[in-house]
Amino acid sequence: MPVLELNGISKHFGAIQALNDVSLSMEAGQVIGLMGDNGAGKSTLVKIIAGNFPPSHGTMQIDGRQLVFHKPVEARQAGIEIVYQDLALCNNLTAAANVFLGREIKKRVGLIRVLDYQTMYRRAGQLFKELKSETRPRDLVKQMSGGQRQAVAIARTRLSNPKIVLMDEPTAAISVRQVAEVLALIRNLRDHGISVILISHRMPDVFAVCDRIVVLRRGTKVADKLIADSSPEEVTGLITGAIERA
Amino acid sequence: MSTTSTTLDATIDRQTHTPLGWLITRQTFWVFLAAVGAFIYLSFGTHAFFTTGNLYNVFRNFAFVGIMGLGMTAVIITGGIDLSVGSVLCLVGMVSGMMMAANWSMWIAIPAGLLAGVATGAASGILIAYVGMAPFVVTLGMMSLARSVATVMSNNTMVFQFGPDHEKFLNLGGGSTRSWFEGLANLAGPDTTIGSAATWLSTHVDIPNPAVVLAVLALIFGFSFRWTKWGRHIFAIGGNEQAAILTGVPVRRIKVSVYILAALMAGIAGVLQVGWLGTITTGMGSGMELVVIAAVVIGGANLAGGSGTAFGAVVGAALIEIIRNSLNMLGINPFWQGTFVGAFILIAVLFDRVRAFRQNE
Repeated sequence: MPVLELNGISKHFGAIQALNDVSLSMEAGQVIGLMGDNGAGKSTLVKIIAGNFPPSHGTMQIDGRQLVFHKPVEARQAGIEIVYQDLALCNNLTAAANVFLGREIKKRVGLIRVLDYQTMYRRAGQLFKELKSETRPRDLVKQMSGGQRQAVAIARTRLSNPKIVLMDEPTAAISVRQVAEVLALIRNLRDHGISVILISHRMPDVFAVCDRIVVLRRGTKVADKLIADSSPEEVTGLITGAIERA
Repeated sequence: MSTTSTTLDATIDRQTHTPLGWLITRQTFWVFLAAVGAFIYLSFGTHAFFTTGNLYNVFRNFAFVGIMGLGMTAVIITGGIDLSVGSVLCLVGMVSGMMMAANWSMWIAIPAGLLAGVATGAASGILIAYVGMAPFVVTLGMMSLARSVATVMSNNTMVFQFGPDHEKFLNLGGGSTRSWFEGLANLAGPDTTIGSAATWLSTHVDIPNPAVVLAVLALIFGFSFRWTKWGRHIFAIGGNEQAAILTGVPVRRIKVSVYILAALMAGIAGVLQVGWLGTITTGMGSGMELVVIAAVVIGGANLAGGSGTAFGAVVGAALIEIIRNSLNMLGINPFWQGTFVGAFILIAVLFDRVRAFRQNE
């Protein structure tokens, strides 16, 4: 049974048709690369899966159960984690605070329950170390580089045991060493049976780590095939429109 | 690889700021120094400042602004503003006072008044959080509304008598720790250690009740800002509301809660102030919202949201009251007060701008 199944997903914002009848099926432990030019509808599709807004038409099924998400929290509870393109970080909080935002750990002191700073710092530190990032849990996000901020956003996805992890341009603004770490992380997720949808403009990254490639152009799906059956040239053609369908 | 992990650990453990270095970048620290400096200067430079009578007045006056400042700080941290707190102070004082004058017990009149304040705060909060209206506009409207309701209720008469609980009510706002310690001494008896300690305290320590209430509330707020989930969430909302929504923070509920708190603090200040004044007037709290906002900003909170402390609110309120008092002490025309308060606000915000400017270089 596919872990994620989208049927006829359409989304319009007023007069703008962002997505048009997109259908997609994903098995556990698969990595799908979602590519397309700017405005093709990639982020919109991923935000629908993540529960930011419901589709205008179409259905979504997780493990065979048809679900509609009204809030991102509901998607998270269904086992979907996401790294947004703008990272969704609060500059005035520490890295650890951002990782645990909305899921703070508390400890009991006497009769009351207070924030457990020690555990959150320690756990966040562990997660950053696993990502081979120099991010320090106690530092304010405001003072961090792009790569460190990316590590904070990715570390968030490691807090629960998700079934699906969505990543919107995770390697766009980070260093070479960290790109390798993010790709290793994606492989790691796949080995644990977690499915990943990777939105990326970087062809080498997509071809290095994905099993399948899905191309969107102006809201419509124009290709859905195995990476092994395709090539960077073909994908480029699909994105720009030189090749109609594949 | 072991070499990368050792260099990683070494990098992470490297200390960048000493505690003292951190302290001197904090605006609140400098304001605290300014307040302490002014206090010391006035104590030695004038005859009348460091007298029990004058210090008593200073502490009591700044307590009202400080209490309201705590609630205002919570609102400002979320990136909002509440212009209605002065009017809510009047409304709550009016409701409690009029009920007591109608011979209701203090134990019913005061909660009823506070409830009226909470209702006002909830109304503002719901319009701001759920309907999505701008805080400035909503609280501006509420400012007029609350005061108008209070004036209508009062029928423009002055109330001096507060029914059967008159004495107790006046003692709330106008009393001090002296009566608590005297009461304790009487209970314990003169020949017990508690009794003699309480007697000594009642003659040597005299802190006005509003200041005690301020101290307790400041501790509660300070604790909540730092150690509760709610506290962390209000900072998140002020820092990046969209990120807070996306990560599952109950943003709308929390926004309503801060406006309720601001109104509740105004209500508490109102009840205490009526007790101190001994009467209720329709002009109570008029213009106070601006003083409270000034205190909070001087104390270090950022009006754009995302930062602020309970201690900062107290220190800001203290500085403003010390300025006001010092102008009296030094015989300066009291109308210069506004210039000093305004200048301090500008300096406080400038301090923050310079720091942000330095960081971007």
